[in-house]
Amino acid sequence: MNEFLGILDAVVGEAISPDTAAVAIAVIGLNIHFGFTGLLNIGQAGYMLLGAYGMAISITYDIPLAVAVLIGLVVSVLFSFILGLPTLKLRGDYLAIVTISAAEIIRYTGRLAAFEDFTGGSQGIFGKDYQGPFMDLSFFGSGSFDLLPLNYRDAGGGAGLRVVGLLVAVAAVVGIVVIAKRMKSADGQAPKIGTTATPKLVVAALFVVLFLALFFSFPQTEPRTSVDGWWVRVVAWSLVGVSCIIVFLLVRSPWGRLLRGIREDEEAMRSLGKNVFAIKMQALIIGGMFGALGGMVYVLTGSVQADSMGRQLTFFAYTALLLGGAATIFGPVLGSIIFFSARILVRELSGAYVPNSIMSTQQTEQFSYVVVGVALVLLVIFRPQGILGDKRELRFHV
Amino acid sequence: MSEPTNPSTPSGTTTTDGQGDLADPAARRALMSGVAQVPGAEKPDPILSVDRITRHFGGITAVDVEHLEVQRGLITALIGPNGAGKTTFFNLITGFDKPSSAGKGAHWSFNGAKLDKTSAPKVAKAGMVRTFQLTKALSRMTVMDNMMLGAKDQTGESLAKAMFKPLWHSQEGEVRAKAEELLARFKLLEKKDDYAGSLSGGQRKLLEMARALMTDPTMIMLDEPMAGVNPALTQSLLGHIQSLRDEGMTVLFVEHDMHVVQHISDWVVVMAEGRIVAEGPADTVMANPAVIDAYLGAHHDTDLGDDDLLRDEVVKDLHHEADEEEAARRDAEKGKR
Repeated sequence: MNEFLGILDAVVGEAISPDTAAVAIAVIGLNIHFGFTGLLNIGQAGYMLLGAYGMAISITYDIPLAVAVLIGLVVSVLFSFILGLPTLKLRGDYLAIVTISAAEIIRYTGRLAAFEDFTGGSQGIFGKDYQGPFMDLSFFGSGSFDLLPLNYRDAGGGAGLRVVGLLVAVAAVVGIVVIAKRMKSADGQAPKIGTTATPKLVVAALFVVLFLALFFSFPQTEPRTSVDGWWVRVVAWSLVGVSCIIVFLLVRSPWGRLLRGIREDEEAMRSLGKNVFAIKMQALIIGGMFGALGGMVYVLTGSVQADSMGRQLTFFAYTALLLGGAATIFGPVLGSIIFFSARILVRELSGAYVPNSIMSTQQTEQFSYVVVGVALVLLVIFRPQGILGDKRELRFHV
Repeated sequence: MSEPTNPSTPSGTTTTDGQGDLADPAARRALMSGVAQVPGAEKPDPILSVDRITRHFGGITAVDVEHLEVQRGLITALIGPNGAGKTTFFNLITGFDKPSSAGKGAHWSFNGAKLDKTSAPKVAKAGMVRTFQLTKALSRMTVMDNMMLGAKDQTGESLAKAMFKPLWHSQEGEVRAKAEELLARFKLLEKKDDYAGSLSGGQRKLLEMARALMTDPTMIMLDEPMAGVNPALTQSLLGHIQSLRDEGMTVLFVEHDMHVVQHISDWVVVMAEGRIVAEGPADTVMANPAVIDAYLGAHHDTDLGDDDLLRDEVVKDLHHEADEEEAARRDAEKGKR
């Protein structure tokens, strides 16, 4: 039992880690590009790297944190202009070609020995060189903090208590799904406006229960930073929340309608007097800024190392986006959480229960990627709209 | 020109007042009676005027138009055989394509404003809105969203204001009301929450036309509005187009169906091999020998809906006739030499 709890510990740890939040923010940006506007950006990792470099290098030159973040965002905006000006008037494929190569160019430039004074070359910029200003902002104190009268580590102490907490969490998830499905089918048959408030409240309450159960069942510390890991987590996930709200506000507006119109047919939009180029540029910039922000969060707990934000990360971002559901608000967040924690689950399970003679510890790491890849293939075949996507949208081939 | 005409007004409004009510067929006939029936004829009050537009694709000249004027407030049909360059011509004047003669004497103006270097969105904003031969319904958006995209000057379409709903909420309501009104007119109102991709081909044509009307155009350009539409729907589409004209809109449309052209158009422009070969009212232009040669063929008055035409003997007869005509023509040419 303890072994299994240990595995779940690792899974939850990955699910709520700041890295997952960072990728989720980048995926939210990618969702604006690909999901809403139909821009095939295969260089989101390049945006992340630029944001990270912009912030980290600025801080090493003693620029205040807020300004450093701004610099990172401005750099991403310039990058969008450089990528967008020549390609956005052309067919979509050209943006894909240019973004993937531009992201690689940035990665190689970051590794370049000639710029070692700024970027640290292939070693990267070490966390201690730029994390100080951010960590100093923490008001969580050091180590653990008290929520309710209990210290949360004490509450999660016994295995029995943790199992109870886990069961409560599972029950909460089941409840949420059941109620959500009911609400959906009720919407489809007869829209009852007056009665929707109560189930919504129940769902909200269940989310709180879920959070508390997980929180106390799986005490987490942040291993890589000396300062309290919860500070990084809370900031990272708050940024995810803020990003979701911004995207929600944007896509429900007439501007969001323009994005979807462009995704469907640019020519039709031009015939209606819309400046397609300008709107695509705006979308590229906004999504790129989310990418840069994600990159900044990504390096908060580690170091700015060019190779950690390569093509692979872009493809992970696409996987998370398709998994959660493109052109939805919470799809990118849900997709990122499930993608990263599922991989850890596969890795840990196969590490614990598959004998070493069949699969060694190193092989479980690769095996986890294989399983995730196969799962993605199955997902695209059997549920192409992702977890949260609207199936109706797929009936029409465009 | 025998008709009293208004001096062309640069404003977007129609100038039908000075020419009598153009909803009256007699008034329209009277208006156009003074116009010479030759290619590039001058019109009393042209809304669109085109000069020296050519477009080459490699060695092929797709469009070579010396001069064309389109009269304000009427339905003008643009006809011609396949490959005559009608759609290319549409693309050129609406900014979707650039003429090969750009900068070398190509000029065209709409409502008094030069369009030589204007991009497609700006042409649409100026009030000349087009539809497409292959309908471009935005499939994965609802019919309502399709419609609301058409409205011009929406505050909420600016990125800076998009996030703040109070800034665009009231305008959104107005746009929605207007869209519902148009959808009701085109009998699509009950479909407003369906995805546009679920509509039938004919309904998409209606949606596209309604969407174009959301922009409050001065002139609407329809590229084969009746292609693939069943006869009943054709009838109602024709009614819509005529009512647009009666409200003062200028209509230019490409069409293959001669019945349709004869039924609703006030003026017909015939293109062949990129050139304009004839102009005139529908009933007389069909008799023009250039048109018959280029497009209608010697058997243009034969009803192609007649099943007999598909019987072998008849086809043989027709071939025979055609051969005789060909021989006679050759003889005539020899005689000329």
